[in-house]
Amino acid sequence: MEELLIAAIFLYLLSAAAYLVYFLLQRPLLPRAGLAALIGAFLLHTAFLAAAGIRQGHFPAANLRETLFFAAWAVAGAFLYVQGRYGVKVLGVYAAPLVAGVLIAGALLPGPPAQTTALFQSLWLMAHVTAVFLGEAAFALACGVGVLYLLQEKAIKTKKTRYVFRRLPSLELLDNAGYGCIVVGFALMTLGLITGLVYARAVWGRFWTWDPKEVWSGVCWLYYAALLHGRLRSGWRGRRSAWFAIAGFGILLFTFLGVNLLWEGHHRAFTR
Amino acid sequence: MVDIVLIGINHKTAPVELRECLAFAAEEAEEALRRLVGDPAVREALLYSTCNRVELLMAAEDRDGALAAGRGLLAARNRLSPELLEGSLYIHENDEAVRHLFRVASSLDSLVVGEPQILGQIKEAYRQALRAKSSGVILNRLMHRAFFVAKRVRTETGIGGHAVSVSYAAVELGRKIFGDLAGKRVLLIGAGEMAELAVEHLLRQKVAEILVANRTYEHGLELARRFQGRALRFEDLPAALTEADIILSSTGAPGFILTRDQIRPVLRHRRNRPLFFIDIAVPRDIDPDINRLENAYVYDIDDLQGVVEENRQDRMKEAVKGERLIDEAVVRFRQWREGLEVVPTIVALHRKLEAIGEQELRRTAQSRRWAEEDVEAARRMLAAFINKALHEPTVFLKRQGHRTDQTVSVDFVRKLFRLDE
Repeated sequence: MEELLIAAIFLYLLSAAAYLVYFLLQRPLLPRAGLAALIGAFLLHTAFLAAAGIRQGHFPAANLRETLFFAAWAVAGAFLYVQGRYGVKVLGVYAAPLVAGVLIAGALLPGPPAQTTALFQSLWLMAHVTAVFLGEAAFALACGVGVLYLLQEKAIKTKKTRYVFRRLPSLELLDNAGYGCIVVGFALMTLGLITGLVYARAVWGRFWTWDPKEVWSGVCWLYYAALLHGRLRSGWRGRRSAWFAIAGFGILLFTFLGVNLLWEGHHRAFTR
Repeated sequence: MVDIVLIGINHKTAPVELRECLAFAAEEAEEALRRLVGDPAVREALLYSTCNRVELLMAAEDRDGALAAGRGLLAARNRLSPELLEGSLYIHENDEAVRHLFRVASSLDSLVVGEPQILGQIKEAYRQALRAKSSGVILNRLMHRAFFVAKRVRTETGIGGHAVSVSYAAVELGRKIFGDLAGKRVLLIGAGEMAELAVEHLLRQKVAEILVANRTYEHGLELARRFQGRALRFEDLPAALTEADIILSSTGAPGFILTRDQIRPVLRHRRNRPLFFIDIAVPRDIDPDINRLENAYVYDIDDLQGVVEENRQDRMKEAVKGERLIDEAVVRFRQWREGLEVVPTIVALHRKLEAIGEQELRRTAQSRRWAEEDVEAARRMLAAFINKALHEPTVFLKRQGHRTDQTVSVDFVRKLFRLDE
C-alpha cells in the first residue's frame, strides 16, 4: 500500500526531473522518458487509490490527505489526455512537479481514521467527486498552458527569440490546448455540479443549500461559462484568454481549499 | 598500411570560376573513378563535386602515386593550368583526411554551417562509387562512419537548428505564431528580391493563397501570376487585411502605409485571429506601434537580421561541440584501420600452415599409397586442426586490437613465422 504510494511519488519526481532537464537542455529523448515515468507513476497511483478504496470500503476522498491524493491523480490523468490530444510536451514541466508536489503534500498530512458513513458509498457521490476533480484538473492545466502562452507571447513581442521562443510551441497550439482544457473542464464541472445537486437532494432533501462551497463552485462555473461565451461570441483569445485561465484557477483553488478553511459547511468534513 | 588521401578545392580556396571548371557531372565522375582505380597506386576512390567543392578521396597503396593520379585527373578537366590548380588545392592524409571528410559530411566545413544538403550529396557520391565499383573495405567503412557522425552531429548539436537567412527567419516566426502555416493567407505589399524569396519560402509551407497589392496594378498582376496568387488594387488594401494572416511589406513608400489606428478595427473584425507583419522595407512601411496591439506582431528588417545574427552565433557555438564528436570518431576510425592490419597477418599465418600441411600430406599419401577419399579426409582433418590450433593466437591478436603494443605483437608473430618472406 504505502509502497505503491512511495513508488508513484518517486516516478513522478523522476518524470518532473526529466521534463525540467528537457526544458533546459532540449534533448529529444527526455520528454519521452518523462512521459514513460509519468505513465508508470499514474498506473501505480491508480492501483494505490483502488486498493485504498477497496480496503476502506468507500470512495477514497474522505479527508484532506485522500482528497489531495485524488486531486493529484486527476491532474496526472488530465495531463496524459492533453498530451495525447495536443502533444504539448513542455507542459510536463508544469504538470509533473505539480502532481508530485500535491501527492507529497498529501503524504505528509496525517490520515485520521475516515468516518465510514453511508454518505461515501453512493455512486452519485463517486460520479460527483470524479467529475469535479477531473474538471478542476483540466482547469489547472489550462492555467499552466496559459502561463506558457504568456511567456511565448512575450518572447515574440519583445523579439527575444533565443530562449523561451525556441523551447515553447506555437501560440496557436498553446491557445488551442488552453481552450480545449477549458471546454473539457467546463463539461466535467457541469456534470460534477449536476451530480452534486442530485446527491444533495438525496441526502439532505434539497438541491441547493447556499453552502459556501456550493456558492463558490457556482461562481467558478459562471466564471468559466463567461470565458467560453467571450471566446465564442467576441473572439476572446490569446493573451486575454490566457490571463482568464490563470485567474480562474486562482478562484478554483480558493474554492477547493480556502472555502474549507474559512467557513463551515457540509463539504468541510471531506477535507478535514 | 594503406594510406587514406584526400585532395580537393572548396569555396575557401578557389573562386567559383575555378570550381565550375572542375565540377563533375554524375556520369563523368563514375568514369573518372573507374579510371582511377585502374591505376595500381589507387586501391579505392570516391569523388564528390558540389557547387562549393570538388574533392577526391582515395585509399592508396602508394600515396605519392595516388596523389599524382588524382592531380592528373583534376588537371585534365578543361585543361587547367597546373599553377592555377596547385594554388587552390589542398591535400590531407590519413587522420586529417578522415577528419576533413567527417567535417564536410557534418556540414562544419560548409559556407553556411549546418546546411543539410551536403550529406545527401555525399551519400550520392558514395552511391556513384559503388556503381563504379571503386569503393572497397576501407572507403565503405569510412563512408558509413561519416554518415553516422554527420547524423550524430545533427541530432546531438544544434548546428542545423534555427534560421540563418532573413526570409527563413520570417517563416520560423510565422510558425511560432500560427503553428502550421498551411491554409494561412499571405498578403504581399510591394515587391523586391527579399520579399519574393520569403513568399517562396511561405509557398513551400503550403500557405493557402498569396494576395499581391502593388501601386502599379499591372506589376501586381505579373507577380500574382508568378505565385499563382491574386492581385489587388492598392485601394483595396484595408479589406484584404481582414483576410490575410501574414503581411509582407516591401514598398518604396516614404512613410508608414499601415498605421496602428488602421489595424485596431481590423483585429476586432478578425475576431482577434493573429496578424503577423513582416516589414522588409527601408524606410519602414508598417507602424511599429502595431506591435503593441494584442494579437498583432511586427518584425522589421532589423529585428529579422537580429534573429539571424543570434542564430548564426549559436550555430558557431554548436559547431564546436560537433568538432568534439568528430575528434572522437577520427580516433575510432584510426583504431579500426590499425586493427585491420591484424587480419592480413592471421590470413598469412593460415596460408603458411596450410602450405606446410599440404606438403606433408602429399608426401605421406604418396609413400602409403592412400586412396583419394582418404587424402580428402586427411585434408579436412588438417584444415580443422589448423583452425583450432590458430584459434587462440587469433583471439590474442584481435584482442590486442586497440592497444599501443598491438603493432609489436603483429610484428613479433610475423617474424616468428617468417610471414614476410
